[in-house]
Amino acid sequence: MTTTINPLESQELAAPVRWRTPGMLTAFALAAGCAFVFFQRPGTTTFRLSSENDAIRLPNLEVSTVPAGVGLTIALLLLAGYSVFLRSSGRKTPRWLIAVFAVLLVAGFLIWAGSGGTLPVSGLLVATLGVSVPLILGSLSGVISERVGVVNVAIEGQFLAGAFAAAVVASVTGNVIAGLAAAMIAGALVAAVLALFAIRYLVDQVIVGVVLNVLVTGLTTFLFTQVLSPNNQQLNSPPRFAPIDIPVLSDIPIIGQVLFSQTLIVYLMFVAVAAVYYGLFHTRWGLRLRAVGEHPQAADTVGIAVNATRVRNVLLGGVVAGLGGSYFTLGSVGSFNIQMTAGAGFIALAAVIFGRWDPVRSTMAALLFGFASSLQYVLSIMGSQVPSEFMLMLPYLVTILAVAGFAGKMRGPAAAGKPYTTA
Amino acid sequence: MLELRGITKRFGTVTANDGIDLIVEPGQIHCLLGENGAGKSTLMNILYGLYHADEGEILLDGVSQKFAGPGDAMKAGIGMVHQHFMLVPVFTVAQNVMLGHEPTHPGGRLDMAAARDLVRRISNQFGFGVDPDALIEDLPVGIQQRVEIIKALSRDAQVLVFDEPTAVLTPQETDELIAIMRRLKAEGTGIVFITHKLREVREVADTISVMRHGQIVGQASPTASSSELANLMVGRPVELTVKKNAPAPGDAGLQVSALTVTDERGHRVVDDVNFQVRGGEILAIAGVQGNGQSELMEAIMGLRSASHGSVTLDGKELLGSSVRQILDAGVGYVPEDRHVDAMVAEFSLMENMMLDRSVGLPFVKYGTVRQPVVDQFTRERMAEFDVRAVGPHIPIGRLSGGNQQKVVLARELSRDLRLFIAAQPTRGIDVGSIEFVHQRIVRTRDAGVAVVVVSTELDEIAALADRILVMYQGRVIGIVPANTSREDLGLMMAGVTPTTKEDPHVQQFN
Amino acid sequence: MSSNLTSDTTRSASTEQQAPTNSPSQPQAKTTPGKWRTVLREISNGNTIINIFSVIIALAAGAILIGLTDEEVRESFGYFFARPTDALRAFWDAVAGAYSALFQGAIYNFGRPGFLNGIKPLTDTLTYATPLITAGLGVGLAFRSGLFNIGGRGQMLIAAGCAGWIGFGIQLPWGIHMIVAVVAGIAGGALWGGLAGLLKARSGAHEVITTIMLNYVAFYLLSYLLRTPLLQAPGQSNSKSAPTAETAVLPSLLGERYTLHFGFILAILATIGAAWLISRSSLGFRFRAVGENPHAARVAGINVGKTYVMAMLVSGGLLGLAGSFQVLGTTTSGFTPGIDAGIGFDAITVALLGRSRPWGIFAAGLLFGAFKSGGFAMQAAQGIPADIVVVIQALIVLLIAAPPLVRAIFRLPHDGSKLTDSKKVATA
Repeated sequence: MTTTINPLESQELAAPVRWRTPGMLTAFALAAGCAFVFFQRPGTTTFRLSSENDAIRLPNLEVSTVPAGVGLTIALLLLAGYSVFLRSSGRKTPRWLIAVFAVLLVAGFLIWAGSGGTLPVSGLLVATLGVSVPLILGSLSGVISERVGVVNVAIEGQFLAGAFAAAVVASVTGNVIAGLAAAMIAGALVAAVLALFAIRYLVDQVIVGVVLNVLVTGLTTFLFTQVLSPNNQQLNSPPRFAPIDIPVLSDIPIIGQVLFSQTLIVYLMFVAVAAVYYGLFHTRWGLRLRAVGEHPQAADTVGIAVNATRVRNVLLGGVVAGLGGSYFTLGSVGSFNIQMTAGAGFIALAAVIFGRWDPVRSTMAALLFGFASSLQYVLSIMGSQVPSEFMLMLPYLVTILAVAGFAGKMRGPAAAGKPYTTA
Repeated sequence: MLELRGITKRFGTVTANDGIDLIVEPGQIHCLLGENGAGKSTLMNILYGLYHADEGEILLDGVSQKFAGPGDAMKAGIGMVHQHFMLVPVFTVAQNVMLGHEPTHPGGRLDMAAARDLVRRISNQFGFGVDPDALIEDLPVGIQQRVEIIKALSRDAQVLVFDEPTAVLTPQETDELIAIMRRLKAEGTGIVFITHKLREVREVADTISVMRHGQIVGQASPTASSSELANLMVGRPVELTVKKNAPAPGDAGLQVSALTVTDERGHRVVDDVNFQVRGGEILAIAGVQGNGQSELMEAIMGLRSASHGSVTLDGKELLGSSVRQILDAGVGYVPEDRHVDAMVAEFSLMENMMLDRSVGLPFVKYGTVRQPVVDQFTRERMAEFDVRAVGPHIPIGRLSGGNQQKVVLARELSRDLRLFIAAQPTRGIDVGSIEFVHQRIVRTRDAGVAVVVVSTELDEIAALADRILVMYQGRVIGIVPANTSREDLGLMMAGVTPTTKEDPHVQQFN
Repeated sequence: MSSNLTSDTTRSASTEQQAPTNSPSQPQAKTTPGKWRTVLREISNGNTIINIFSVIIALAAGAILIGLTDEEVRESFGYFFARPTDALRAFWDAVAGAYSALFQGAIYNFGRPGFLNGIKPLTDTLTYATPLITAGLGVGLAFRSGLFNIGGRGQMLIAAGCAGWIGFGIQLPWGIHMIVAVVAGIAGGALWGGLAGLLKARSGAHEVITTIMLNYVAFYLLSYLLRTPLLQAPGQSNSKSAPTAETAVLPSLLGERYTLHFGFILAILATIGAAWLISRSSLGFRFRAVGENPHAARVAGINVGKTYVMAMLVSGGLLGLAGSFQVLGTTTSGFTPGIDAGIGFDAITVALLGRSRPWGIFAAGLLFGAFKSGGFAMQAAQGIPADIVVVIQALIVLLIAAPPLVRAIFRLPHDGSKLTDSKKVATA
């Protein structure tokens, strides 16, 4: 309900002093310093900035690990110290500082971990985006669904259904667009079941989501084994989307290939992020959606049909997640396989929370998680000593830290998870 | 002109509205008076399209209306200012006002400028002084209520329904609201004013309808006396006072010194509070809802971590102790929100009776609950506190509010107490139970226990208090004798420090 | 998200009438003496009927799936209008074959000579049910405390790692070795579950998120450890451990001919223990109080955070017990990171079907054990993927959660409690 506490005079409004950011920066700087200085990995790390067939070729960047490690440690400590100084004089740590800190930290880690190897920068970024595409679409689906008040744990199931439908329909029709459409319909179907049980029958939303994941996993596995495997040629050999080069832009060094030589699904993803952001915060659709998720009664009393709004947007979320699912079969792998989504739906869910239910922040979170998992891939190819399992763990650990560390600050849609009924 | 004819609404076996007839003329303030549970809100929710009447019809200017939802009611020109504001806390004023009838640019982009202008126009017309870009959650309740009114007016409401609008307001804010209502009336708006406060009714009403047990039991004119109205409302002469002897204050009791509580957002919700309650006396804490009373009680009970100062009971420091330790020190507590804080609705009466003693004797031995002991205890207490229920095994959620409160009271008064705190002890319960609860509170005092009663109802304060402490914005505005006039109390609740009346205790402890 | 598992309903408008409209769906049976009265009340409540009809609908849906995906059926559907009987017969044959194989694989195989051979499927069912029951108890107990433990997988994996390490890593005499290994497993599961409880108690981090995330952390942690000398079998290049030592293997109950092991006895004991804990003990009282209304529990002096930690410790411990069964009873030849075999998630459906009551979970575990055992037999005999039973199980759980839907399908009369039933699935 609305708050009933009268805000007192402004001088008493001073927010409680928060030492969390400076504290964390210091801790990270010290940890990085320990690794870079005390566990030195002497050698040279080579960053490959261009590949052979790039239009504009940049020379490789070679970095000697020990001096770079020491230098970066000093820089990190200085930044952390500045943050502490700001805090002690009562000011907040500016965002640019955190961003610079993060970039230096990652750079330092790459130099340290990649010692003696060559790191393909563009390849790493391409891989990051590749892993992130479904995560971003999944998290957008989660943002839409949770913002309207329905917790969507079934993103994984929507992915899987989308991937399956896309593979089958694209194989049968020989048309990738048809496969794409089928994926969206399949995602929406899973969402429809979620809506039916959560909104019509008031079953706990998380329970429906979990059970739906089991259901879709069982169903696709059954159909794969029973129908797809014996008829692999006809049913599970879909055409794949070909990358579309955008003239000029795709020739930009380093990022050109990453952003502008991609498949239709990726471009659709870019559009989706922008559209969801714009729609959510600048249109009637978004205003009503958020009102329904924050205070359904208030929405109801101004004549907004709460449950209809929820159903529509949960379905829309399903369409977006289904699109994400199609990427597995039509964008990357090229055929359906049992449980091929491998928990990506849950990482997308984590991105929603980590991104605080904001489409742009959730996209960033998805990219971060995508970066972490492609980094482990690249590092293991380079023969790095960091066990790949720990890199794979990273998104999950980061999410746990985020929900535990920022629980007070993380405020989701107030009515998410609660069914709405009138007497 | 709005007319209700024969409106009937049933919830299961309960008939909340029984053949209600009501007429509201334009430019008229029609008061709907009735105690909690009389069916007023149900009626208004039917009028607003949130509920559907089982029988009867709603006519506007003689035309029968069918409301599928609030949207239809609004289109027909009915606006509502809800008891619990229907505002999205994380939205701005303009966003809340535009919601549901948003102006947009041709491209579909929200036209925020138009929404702001609309808010400013209405705000200026009535002198509301509302900033369209303020976030609702940052606004005081009085202003939030104005946003609700702007919301209704922005939809050209012909009839405005105010559902218990003064419950959360200071007397001053109430006066301002009444002025607003008069201005609306002058502009030709029909107003339905739902309340259970007699003073306001007599001040503002053109017509009064009294509701009881889901029926309109009578019409009255604004000149009717308070006791006439009260009799109509409850159906029998009401004893507004509780028989009690003069207090016999004993030893130390509760001593609160320099207590300060900060909430999650860093506001000081309790600010340097000092007072003492001796054994054998009742200190009543008065104040408008939301002035720190709840937080003060929670701090004493150990439910608020960000508390500083000192709270001692018989000389022993309580602040910093766990809830468990505080209960064990001999504190009984009836929280203000019964459903949330005082009972587990799905639990049986037995389980609710042992809720605060789930470790150790008398109810637990060898880690196992001694069912026969709990059973016998519950039956005894049910008899003693006149709890009307089928048996000790049924879930407490099935009982009426009054019976639930008696169970809570029975549980809290069954331990050896040194301090008893009752917050809004009679909120939402029937008149018969109110009398019972008041009597038990007085009897607890007479047994030598220090008693603190928190109430927003001046009637209750007057009935129980030996001394009255008034809170305003987290501070103690004064501690005054029980015979202080309502006018003075009202001023104090609005933040005006008393100047004339001197209270020995005030000098002693401030 | 709300911390309470049962959905809070945002009610529109304050309900002024005195009788609360959200009265609990049904009286709890716990205080009534006598098992039979409980059973009778159950049936009269309609829960049992809903359960039975849910199973029927799910089996029917499964039948349609099996029929439609059958090779012969699809061929005969090609000339459906010429000879529809062919298609229908093929359909019937496929479904009847599948479900008879399912039954024979779960209860009694009439194709095998002699009672002792014929009854083997039933003992397999009990073997499969053993971890399902234990894990289901863990999830159900968390439900009763208002916690949704989706972390069964992680808790089982950590438990398997701990029990497995004791099982082959150290040497102890017969019996003691087994006990120590089981205790280690319980401790491992409790630790991993308690971690989520601690995070919730300390920082308010929602357990649904943390347990999901901890699943993956446990998976990668175990994957890593299975590549290190700590857990990896000597000479092994895959992520696989050494076989469990003879001294730590849970003894067979009915002789070497059957798979049923001592774990089943432990599962029965766990059920009895959980039943006592929930309905008779002081700790269980606090679990339920916190689960139903944490605010009131806190005001009544119950330490809610500590109760969450305790509940997650016990819940994780039970899942840990299930995890130890996997390495000490089911797969004793060395384990991989997939040792949980999806039981951590199955446990959620088991707990929901059992409505979070220990003996209900026991029955649900038996049913799902039968499905599992029968599913594998069906796959072997008829070539129908065993995953169909996963579909059937998920459908059952969805349906029992929505009694109005089941009633609508079978045109059953509505009972008085209306929709409120469905909200209480997990805790009723």
